[in-house]
Amino acid sequence: MTTTSPLDTYLTDFAGAARDYQAARAGRDPDWIADIRAEALDSFQELGLPTTRRGNEEWKYTDIRPLVRQGFTAPTIAGPGATPALDLDSLNVGSASWHRVVIVDGRYTPELSALDSLPDGVVTGSLAEAVHSESDAVRAHLTRLADHKEQGFTALNTALAADGALILLPRMAAVEEPIQVVYVSTEQTQGTASMPRTLIIAGEDSSASIVETHVSMSDDAHLTNAVTEIVVGAGASISYCKVQQESEATYNVSTTQVEVNENANFRSMAIDIGGRLTRNNLTVIMAGEGSNSDVRGAYVISRDQHVDNQVIVDHLVGHNDMNELYKGILDGHARSVFHGSIIVRPNAAKVNAMQVDKNLLLSNDAEADTKPAFWIYCDDVRCGHGAACGNLDDDSMFYLLSRGIGEEEARMMLIRAFVSEIVDAIREPSIHDHVAALIADKLDNL
Amino acid sequence: MTTVDETIQDVAPESNQELKSIAQQDYKYGFITEVESDTVPPGLTEDTVRLISSKKNEPEWMLEWRLKAFRHWESLLDKEQLPDWAHIKHPPINFQDIIYYSAPKQKEQLSSLDEVDPEVLSTFEKLGIPLEEQKMLAGVAVDAVFDSVSVATTFKAKLAELGIIFSSFSEAIQDHPDLVRKYLGSVVPYTDNFYAALNAAVFSDGSFCYIPKGVRCPMELTTYFRINTENSGQFERTLIVADESSFVSYLEGCSAPIRDTNQLHAAVVELVAMDDAEIKYSTIQNWYPGDENGKGGIYNFVTKRGKCLGARSKISWTQVETGSAITWKYPSVLLQGDDSIGEFFSVALVKGRQQADTGSKMTHIGKRTKSTIIAKGVSAGQAENTYRGLVRVNPGADDAWNFTQCDSLLIGDQCGAHTTPYVEVKNKSAYLEHEAFTSRVSEDQLFYCNSRGISVEKAHSMIINGFCEEVFKKLPFEFAVEATRLLELNLEGTVG
Repeated sequence: MTTTSPLDTYLTDFAGAARDYQAARAGRDPDWIADIRAEALDSFQELGLPTTRRGNEEWKYTDIRPLVRQGFTAPTIAGPGATPALDLDSLNVGSASWHRVVIVDGRYTPELSALDSLPDGVVTGSLAEAVHSESDAVRAHLTRLADHKEQGFTALNTALAADGALILLPRMAAVEEPIQVVYVSTEQTQGTASMPRTLIIAGEDSSASIVETHVSMSDDAHLTNAVTEIVVGAGASISYCKVQQESEATYNVSTTQVEVNENANFRSMAIDIGGRLTRNNLTVIMAGEGSNSDVRGAYVISRDQHVDNQVIVDHLVGHNDMNELYKGILDGHARSVFHGSIIVRPNAAKVNAMQVDKNLLLSNDAEADTKPAFWIYCDDVRCGHGAACGNLDDDSMFYLLSRGIGEEEARMMLIRAFVSEIVDAIREPSIHDHVAALIADKLDNL
Repeated sequence: MTTVDETIQDVAPESNQELKSIAQQDYKYGFITEVESDTVPPGLTEDTVRLISSKKNEPEWMLEWRLKAFRHWESLLDKEQLPDWAHIKHPPINFQDIIYYSAPKQKEQLSSLDEVDPEVLSTFEKLGIPLEEQKMLAGVAVDAVFDSVSVATTFKAKLAELGIIFSSFSEAIQDHPDLVRKYLGSVVPYTDNFYAALNAAVFSDGSFCYIPKGVRCPMELTTYFRINTENSGQFERTLIVADESSFVSYLEGCSAPIRDTNQLHAAVVELVAMDDAEIKYSTIQNWYPGDENGKGGIYNFVTKRGKCLGARSKISWTQVETGSAITWKYPSVLLQGDDSIGEFFSVALVKGRQQADTGSKMTHIGKRTKSTIIAKGVSAGQAENTYRGLVRVNPGADDAWNFTQCDSLLIGDQCGAHTTPYVEVKNKSAYLEHEAFTSRVSEDQLFYCNSRGISVEKAHSMIINGFCEEVFKKLPFEFAVEATRLLELNLEGTVG
C-alpha cells in the first residue's frame, strides 16, 4: 500500500486545478500568458513546497509542514458571479477617500472599487482584464521579477493566479490620494488557497503611495499565497505599504519583488498584525545608480502567531543608499523571524546600507530569531547592521513610575514608543493614521 | 582647487601596487624537515583506527570510543552529511588519500629532551619555539606536536609541584585515565559534526591539561603544532579542565611546510571550567595558506568548544587567524553555570585566495550569563572572509546579556567580506546587542596620514593595527607583539 504525503496531495490537487484553469482559459487568454502558466506549473511540480527541514536555510526558523498538513484545496476559479454583500468599512481597511481596487475571493469587484477620480493616464483595475486586452506594459513586466523557476510558492501563484490588481502610472503621473489594493477573503474561502497577484509599474518620475491590504471576513483557516511585482521607474517615487490583517487562523505567504531604477526612491512598509503564520519574502533590487530605498516593517504578534520577514536588498550597481529597519513586539507564544541579506555585487561602489532588527519580548514563551547578514563583494562601501532584543528598559519604567504614572500605562507608553519609530516613518498622513490605529488596536488586545 | 578625492586618486596607482605586494607576501615557515618517520599507509578503515590505538598502547575503553566515532563518521560519509553550509569552496576531499598517522621515529621512551631527534628540535628552534627548558624564555611551558605526536613537553616537573598536569594526550591516557575518560567528549561529543567524528576516530595526540582546585597556573601553557609529512592529515585533540577557582592561560600556534597539495587539519579542543574557574585560550594560527593561485595550503576544519560548567566560571577565546587555505572554525562557549562568562575575540586576515568562515557560538543556559563577541575580519587579494556566529538564549537563562560586534575591512576590489550572525532569543529578560560594520580603509584617514608624510602602506598598516587592537590587547603580552608582527608581515605589499 502506498501512502500519499500531504505534499503529494497538494502537488496533485493544485496541478490538476492549474490544468483545469488552463483548459478553461484556452483560446481566451493570449498565448504568452498560457505559456508562462504552463511553465510555472512544471516548475511547481518540480520544486514542490519548501517542507524539507535539514539544510533548508531559507526556511530554517519557519516550518511550513503545518501549512501543508492543513490540506488547503485549490481555489475554485469561477467566472464573475454575484457581488458578495460586504461592507468594507466594517473591515477597517482604511480611508474611504482612497482610490481602491477591491478583489474578493480572487475576483476583481468593480462595485466595491473606487477608481473614478484617478488622474488621467493612470490605469488601475483588474490584472486579468489587462492581460486579456494585451497590454504591452503588462506583457513586458508580468512575471519578469518574480521568478517562478526558483520558488515553489511563486510558481504556484503564477500557475493559478486568476486575477489581481494592476497599477500603471504613466511618466510624470503624480497621484496624491493613496491607491489601495484590498484582497478580501470571505467565508467561502474556508479551507482553500487564494493566489493574489499584484503588478505595479511606476513610469519615469511618477509618484504615488500604495497600500496593499489582506483581510479576511471570518476566523476560518485559509491560505493566501500572494505575489507582488513592483517596477519603480527612473526618478519615480513610490511608497508601498503592505498590511496583513487577516484572521489569526490564516496562513499567508507573500512574495514581493521590487526593481528600483536610477534616481528612484522606494519606501516600503510591512505591517503584520494578523495571520497564524505569515511569511514575507521581500526582494529589492537596486538596479540603478543614485537610487534610494527605505525598507521598514513592524510586527505586533501574540498567542500562536508566527511572522517571518525575509528581506533581500541586492545592489547590482553602486551609488545608492539603503536603510532597513524592522521592529517587533512579541507576546504569548508568538515567534518572529527576521532574515535580512544585503548583497553588494562586485563593482557596486559607493553603497551606503544599514540594516537593523529590534525585538521587544513581553512573554517568556515568545521567541525571536534574527539573522541580519551581509554579502559584500566590493570594497568601496559603507554597510552596517545591528540587532537588539530585550525587555522594557527598567530605568525608563522607573522614571515614568516616579512621575506618578501607573505601571500598566507606563508599560503601554514604552511599547507604543518602541513601535512608533516605524509607524511614524509613514509620510502620507491618512496611511499613517490608519496603520497607527490598527497597531494601537492590536496592542490593546495583546 | 584639488579635492580630497582627486588627491586620493593621485596616490591610488601606488597604493594598488602596494596592495598587490601585500597580497603576495611570502610564507616564511614553509621549510620541510628531513626526518625519518613512522608513517602508516594512506586510507582510513576500522583497522587504521585499531592500528593507531595499538601504537599508542591505549586501554580498551579508548579503542571502543574511537570505533564508535569511526562508525558514526562512516555513516555520515555514506549519507553524504558533510557540513556544506559554510561560505567556502573546495574540491571534494578524498579521505582515503590521507595519511592518518605519522610520527618522527624515536626511541621507545623519552626521558629528556636530549633524546628527541635533533632535526625535530631544530625545526622548533627555527620556528622560534623554546623547547629547551634552560632558556626559560618568558616562562612559557610548551608541548610540541610534530605531525601526529607530541615530541616534547617542557616544564612538566615544575608544574607538577603545583599539582598541574600538563602532558601530551597519549601520556594522559596512560597516566590519568580516569580524568581523561570523565571529560573526553563531554564538550564536543563525537556525534557533534563530521570532522569532530573523524578526529575522535583517528586523533593521534594533542595536549591535556588539568589545573587543580584553587591553583593559578604560574606560566603560559603552549602547544605548538607542526605538520611535516606530505599528504598527512593532522588530527590532534586538546582537553583542558580547570577545577574550582583555578586559572590557566593557554596558547596554541601552528605552521606547516609549503606543499602544493592540500592537507587536512581537523582538530578538536574541549575546555571545562568549574565553579569560579577561568580559562583563557589563545590561538595564533599560521598554517600554510597556499600560493597566490590558491595551490596547496591547509584545510583547517576545527571544532573548539568550552563549557562553563560551574557557577561564575569564565572561558575566553582569542584567535588570530592569518594562515590556512580554508579556515572553518567556531570557538564556542556553553554558558551552563549561573553567572558564567563567555568571550570571543578574533582577528581573521585573509589574502591571496584564502577563505575563512569563522565566528563563535554562545549558548546561554544558566541565569545571568554574559557573553561578548568581538570579531574583526580583514580581506585582501581575492580572498573571502565570512563571520558566522550564533547567540542563543535558552528559556531558563534569565537576565542573559550579550554584546556582539563583527567588523570587516576590505582591501582591494576583488575580495569579499560577509557577515551571517544568528540571534535566537527564548527569554524575555535577555538583553542582546549586535553591531557590525563593513567598509574599506577610510579615504579621509589615509589622506590625513599621507598629508603627514606617512606612506600609503605604512598608513594602512597603522589603521589596520588600530582596527585589530581591541583583539590583540586580549592576547598574552608576549604574543600580542608576535601577532602584531605577523599581521604586518602578512599585510606587507597587499595594501593601498
